[in-house]
Amino acid sequence: MSAGSFRFVEGAPGDLSFLARGPTAEAALVAAGEALLAATLEDPAALEARETRRLRLTETEADLLLLRFLNELIYLRDAEQLLLRPTTLRVTRDGALRLDARLEGERVDPARHTLLSDVKAATAHGLVLRETPDGWEARATLDV
Amino acid sequence: MSAPAELRRVAPATFELPVGFRDGMRVPVRVFGTDALVSEMDDQVFRQAANVACLPGIVEAAFCMPDAHWGYGFPIGGVAAIDPESGVISPGGIGFDINCGMRLVTTSLTWPEVRPRLTQLVDALAERVPAGTGRRGFVRTGLREFRDVLREGAGWAVRKGYGVERDLERTEARGCLADADPEYVSERAIRRGKPQIGTLGSGNHYLEIQVLHARGVHDEALARRFGLCEPEQVVVMFHCGSRGFGHQVATDYLHTFLRAMPEKFGLPVVDRELACAPFRSEEGRAYYAAMCCAANMSFANRQVILHQIREAFSDVFGRDPEALGIETVYDVSHNTAKLERHRVAGEERTLLVHRKGATRAFPPGHPELPAEYRDVGQPVIIGGSMETGSYLLVGVSSGDRSFFSTAHGSGRTMSRRQARKRVSGRALQERMAKHGIVVRAASLRGLAEEAGFAYKDVEDVAAAAEAAGISRRVAHLVPVGNVKG
Repeated sequence: MSAGSFRFVEGAPGDLSFLARGPTAEAALVAAGEALLAATLEDPAALEARETRRLRLTETEADLLLLRFLNELIYLRDAEQLLLRPTTLRVTRDGALRLDARLEGERVDPARHTLLSDVKAATAHGLVLRETPDGWEARATLDV
Repeated sequence: MSAPAELRRVAPATFELPVGFRDGMRVPVRVFGTDALVSEMDDQVFRQAANVACLPGIVEAAFCMPDAHWGYGFPIGGVAAIDPESGVISPGGIGFDINCGMRLVTTSLTWPEVRPRLTQLVDALAERVPAGTGRRGFVRTGLREFRDVLREGAGWAVRKGYGVERDLERTEARGCLADADPEYVSERAIRRGKPQIGTLGSGNHYLEIQVLHARGVHDEALARRFGLCEPEQVVVMFHCGSRGFGHQVATDYLHTFLRAMPEKFGLPVVDRELACAPFRSEEGRAYYAAMCCAANMSFANRQVILHQIREAFSDVFGRDPEALGIETVYDVSHNTAKLERHRVAGEERTLLVHRKGATRAFPPGHPELPAEYRDVGQPVIIGGSMETGSYLLVGVSSGDRSFFSTAHGSGRTMSRRQARKRVSGRALQERMAKHGIVVRAASLRGLAEEAGFAYKDVEDVAAAAEAAGISRRVAHLVPVGNVKG
């Protein structure tokens, strides 16, 4: 998928905040998923596509959609031991916002993965998913 | 100085931000700390505390403890007592890690006895107490039994043989919040947390071997009452919470409350992380019942970890845990909301006391204390940084000024990013080894984020808590071995 990027930024001292950008809402969401992976795993690029999941979410507001998306990825890490990234992601609006993503990744393997933070949750603090003159941006704070 | 100009000193080591600092404040903000600690607090601490002061039903003040730093919603080190009949419950006032807390454990071993086997002991502890992302505990439960954990807390663990009755007596609320009801917990929370009983987690969670030096004793008689009797005595302190289970409970209800606040309750959303619901509403009671389940999961988690500590010591020293004097001093939470009785303006009232990064500190004579501590007050465990040490304090009668709450740790002064820029995990591990501290870390990056320089000086925090009259120092404990999440 395209063209998004992210960087960690200063925020609450005990937590990890990031700013993700992309030309579309979808690209910013994918980049936000990469930020979560980078907080969790030392070498996200080495993650192999051994498992897939389908994720469908509905929300009324864009930033709450970002929050749900991140918290679903965190849930799958704990409940199914899966580290996942979206490989396709679409957001449509028909009154509500609907996210439909295909996630790929693999199970946590301490022998191959150098694990970093056990992110507890994405918080609603400073949460943003919005269009700007330069494209879309997603901001969130991860409780670690 | 980041503190706002409106902040005024009102008592020793006590400052106040008046109603009117921002629109909507129902009560003032009261900050405990020395001039130096308060001046170092980020202005976000005061803004967030002022937002807390706007919560419906808040009584007397929104409080910041001496270790306060800014977080999300409430500041870390924040306390709010709320009238349960007219007020709200807020997951942001508790934190995602529900009943994150501390346990202090004595041994009858001395530092000269432990020193030759320190590395072996730290390795044995790291092996028996899984730390870091994705690690699972040795306890396996089915769904039905996990619901027993949620109802019974530490009592479940002791019933299963992971501890003794005396551990429960020395645990806040005997390790069980009676209002827990698993009916209000999602299947997702259970799936997430069920494999994690007996695990530390990551971030600032740790298990530490510490030494009591004679120079660290502030009150010898009291230290003896708490089982700290020998010079160079070795103790164990650990810090962890309700793991993914509590995180999912908080996440579930944050979404529920955000939806219900404007639509059902007509409550303005000042800060999404201050999402709340009237305590007496269906949603509020449901969250409270689920939060109590998470608190119980956490009490059970710490009890199972204690069992593993006993096993590790027994393995290394070849003696029964009982012969090694491995006894709980106390287990206390710093992330909860609890219904407690307090006197307000001469009247005794039931209040819902939110403590987020703040430790309950009941005074001598409090009926909820175990009989053996009732005449002296509640032990308070303050975890410092892994380089500078930790503190045992005790609750005092004058602590009624903070609804019997005090600090919980050193409090961060630096972000995780900044800490990583200053030192690598490997360099820090080597530096600590030079200072005689053996560290096993699940993540070296995580280790760097927890460097001592990223925290306030625990001496300053403990002294400030004493100067403010919210607790009193008993003993300083020095780290020698650390298992880091």
